[in-house]
Amino acid sequence: MIPKAFAYERAHSVAEAVDLLQQAGGAAKLLAGGHSLLPLMKLRLSAPAKLIDISRLDELRGVSVVGERLFVGALTTHHQVATHPLVCQHLPVLAEAAAQIGDPQVRNRGTVGGNLAHADAASDLPAVALALEAQLHVQSPAGDEVFAAEDFFLGPLVTALPEYGVLRAVSFALPPSGARSCYSKFPHPASGYAVVGVAAVVAVGARGTVEFARVAVTGAADVPYRARAVEAVLLGQPPQPEVLRAAAGHAADDGAIAGDAFASEAYRRHLCAVMTERALRRACGLADAAAGA
Amino acid sequence: MAQVFGAAVKRREDPRLITGRGRYTEDVQLPGMLYAAILRSPHAHARLVQVDTAAAAAAPGVVAVFTGRDLAGKMGTIPTAWLPPDSDIKATAHPALAVDKVRYVGDGVAMVVAENRYAARDALDLIRVEYEVLPAVTEQEAALQPGAPLVHDDAPGNVAFRWRAGNATDEVFTQAEVVVRQRFRQQRLIPNPMEPRAAVADYNASTGELTLWLTSQNPHIHRLLLAGILGLPEHKLRVVAVDVGGGFGAKIACYPDEALVGFAAMQLGRPVKWSEDRREHFLATTHGRDMVLDVELAGRRDGTITAIRVRNTANLGAYLSTAAPGVPTILFGLIVPGPYQIPYAAVEVTGVFTHTTPTDAYRGAGRPEATYLLERMVDLFARTIGQDPVAVRRKNLIPADAFPYHTAMGLQYDSGNYQQALDKALAMAGYADFREEQARLRQQGRYLGVGVTTYVEICGLGPSQVAGAVGFQGGLWESATVRVHPTGKVTVFTGTSPHGQGEETTFAQIVAAKFGIPVEDIEIVHGDTHRIAMGWGTYGSRTTPVGGSALAVAADRVVEKARAIAAHMLEAAAEDIEFAEGQFTVKGAPGRKASFQEVALQAYLAWNLPAGMEPALEGSAFYDPVNFVYPFGTHVCIVEVLPDTGEVKLLRYIAVDDPGPVINPMIAEGQVHGGVVQGIGQALWEGAQYDDQGQLVTGTFMDYALPKAHFFPNLETAFTETPSPHNPLGVKGIGETGTIAATPTVVNAVLDALAPFGVREIDMPLTPERVWRAIQSGRDSA
Repeated sequence: MIPKAFAYERAHSVAEAVDLLQQAGGAAKLLAGGHSLLPLMKLRLSAPAKLIDISRLDELRGVSVVGERLFVGALTTHHQVATHPLVCQHLPVLAEAAAQIGDPQVRNRGTVGGNLAHADAASDLPAVALALEAQLHVQSPAGDEVFAAEDFFLGPLVTALPEYGVLRAVSFALPPSGARSCYSKFPHPASGYAVVGVAAVVAVGARGTVEFARVAVTGAADVPYRARAVEAVLLGQPPQPEVLRAAAGHAADDGAIAGDAFASEAYRRHLCAVMTERALRRACGLADAAAGA
Repeated sequence: MAQVFGAAVKRREDPRLITGRGRYTEDVQLPGMLYAAILRSPHAHARLVQVDTAAAAAAPGVVAVFTGRDLAGKMGTIPTAWLPPDSDIKATAHPALAVDKVRYVGDGVAMVVAENRYAARDALDLIRVEYEVLPAVTEQEAALQPGAPLVHDDAPGNVAFRWRAGNATDEVFTQAEVVVRQRFRQQRLIPNPMEPRAAVADYNASTGELTLWLTSQNPHIHRLLLAGILGLPEHKLRVVAVDVGGGFGAKIACYPDEALVGFAAMQLGRPVKWSEDRREHFLATTHGRDMVLDVELAGRRDGTITAIRVRNTANLGAYLSTAAPGVPTILFGLIVPGPYQIPYAAVEVTGVFTHTTPTDAYRGAGRPEATYLLERMVDLFARTIGQDPVAVRRKNLIPADAFPYHTAMGLQYDSGNYQQALDKALAMAGYADFREEQARLRQQGRYLGVGVTTYVEICGLGPSQVAGAVGFQGGLWESATVRVHPTGKVTVFTGTSPHGQGEETTFAQIVAAKFGIPVEDIEIVHGDTHRIAMGWGTYGSRTTPVGGSALAVAADRVVEKARAIAAHMLEAAAEDIEFAEGQFTVKGAPGRKASFQEVALQAYLAWNLPAGMEPALEGSAFYDPVNFVYPFGTHVCIVEVLPDTGEVKLLRYIAVDDPGPVINPMIAEGQVHGGVVQGIGQALWEGAQYDDQGQLVTGTFMDYALPKAHFFPNLETAFTETPSPHNPLGVKGIGETGTIAATPTVVNAVLDALAPFGVREIDMPLTPERVWRAIQSGRDSA
């Protein structure tokens, strides 16, 4: 598990990191928490000529609420997100998902920005990012750019991040007041990654019907997706068990569901529905369905 | 002084191990040491057309590159050490590096030795190998098909051996009231100790001595085999394995890699270190299990089991590993009748070569596979005749007054009270109440199930005469030396080689109890062929029954000599001397006494010893057990299956084991915990998978699901203690009971939960998808 030789340089500002990336001409990778990149390098599946260490850039750390969005600095660790009072208060679904990433070591080293920029198709945070209509704030030679989460994840380990761009922060839309949420995950027993992970945010209006619904799925397809078909069924309907089940039945409609050695495509489709129903029930304050039902 | 035998003394080895002060092979640093890396085949089956090492040899820091051709005539091939009798075993050649062909993904092709491990690793990428890729076969039944790719030209049909034993005939089955048939797959497992394999070799050309630090469960066996491979006189080879971070059977074998490290050190005249990484470990360290079992059980409608027979098609991988042929034959076949009075049993085994990593012993080694099929068959039989599976077990268990009990496979079980362990486990589980609860919850659409396993296993390997009779190419006795120093402190030398099991503590407890001295006064030395006369190592739950017994005998010899000295000192007859709590006293005159330490000092001063007595105080024993020992017990598991996903929730796990007298209940419980989680790992999560080309697709911890602590409920453990008459301590072994009992317990519990769906069999591991699909097909056929 020895990586190929690589050069190492520490960046002292985001601007310097961008410069260094540009100088390396595509041969460099940014090092943040290192919990995705370094294992790939040790397996020699990735062999960057240079690592640019941004892990000490304090300007990329922290959580704040600005207007109707909650901002998380790219270097904020999963543990910090999972336990931050502002996250717990405004976006409990983000805290809930962050708390399920890896193990304590991973959560204490791994970063939100690193996780999203790495874009593993089974990672937990992309589902939450999609459900909370996240924006990814990037600094690149062209200046500052903002990407909507839905435009950011292009494929397994492929994103819209510009070649010499540094992800500075992620901002999440605060859902309407009264909205409830849930992240429901079926973990792979080996990796702990999501075989299927579903983030759901639901708000029920004064008339007792669903007025706001955001559902996103990770793990099931080669890229995480927004389950718009589920949302469409929910909107305007009362959050009753049969409605939730009917909606959840469409959880696989918006993704190109894939199978692997652990879970076939058919089983994953089924899991999409089950995990979405679980997420919706919890988000709507219902007890878990009887397992046999 | 409190009773020390039976006390939960904290593990004395742990402070050093958990504070980074252990002495593992990887910790050995020698001046001028080189580092080796091994190029492994990316193909399961290919002809080596050309291996061009020029670029690698010219790379900075590279000292040498060896290929299979470079070894010819300089180094022997890797032997197997178990040749089952009455079999037609073909011990095909296993070169340490491939010469003409590679036979599994991970097979060694070349070794680079360099000034540091980075240069060595980088140089592997510079070796250009031209492979002519050939079709591969990874599955044993496919390998037996006519026209299947041949692993070895001199093993036609890929048959390594055929072996059979037992007395069950066709007639027994044709005349039976009930015959139940089932096929089981014992999937391939990948043992994963925390410490991967490593070796350091240091050759002294002036003395001709080679020292090899190895991750070994049995240094003396390694010395014996490696001396032959390397062409070294045995007394010139020292094998050292001090701290070893777990083995589970995978560190029994003599591997090519460690031999190559010794070879390189001798060739280059500099010390050489090699450590496998986890990726290599998955590919190149032995795997376990991998058997296809076709089973027939015959019985009567009243629940009596009359016969069992098994056809075992065992996947041995590309080469015969050290103990591999013994696993699916002797260690598996002889225990097939289990704890039941079954008058007829028979086993037929075909060992098969495939283009996969060699298999060998993995915690339990044969006995988990046998126990699995038996316990699954008992449940299926009970279901067939409409009886409760516990009732069927109770009806067939060997009664407590029937010991010693002779089985249909020719074993003599030593002692047991199987009913007591069963009763205790059922009481802990609340079995009768559970059945009511289960029926009630089913009405609510919830599916709970219970599995109960009653087991017996063969441990304490074993009498050497039997080892010879069953084809093991070694003895199975054990040595111990107990050296009392002049101050009464004690050094113990054992031929066993503990690697995590805690014998530095429990062995000290045995001696402390014998001498009436504190555990802290006793040092246990193991794992060094220069410090220990001889020994056969740690596996097969033999360390305490055999090595501990050797220790007890040696300690008794010390006590007898000390008693004679004490009698002389106290001017009394030896038979009038009593020894308790570290004091020799004269019967009826408690004031006349000498402490163990005082006697030790006198033994060494030798100013006034009994006439003719030699000085010093030391006892040795070369203890050969008269028979195996047979731990037993009952495990119970309660699960809930979530039918919408197929997930299995472990609600409770109860283990009642009888290892004979328990020396240290905390350590014994730890052994049960470790074994149970590995056994459940096989039931629910673990399983190696190869693709059609022979690539291991479960080759990392991202794909191969090793159980994690949070997968489990608190395990509820208890012991019964039935001494074995076969050894002086009465102890039976506890290291493997968990992997033997847990797997069928969990699977039977899941299948019990799924009984309403008519599910009869699910291949292990019982992944959520497999369980879900079984439920779906049950629903469809309902």
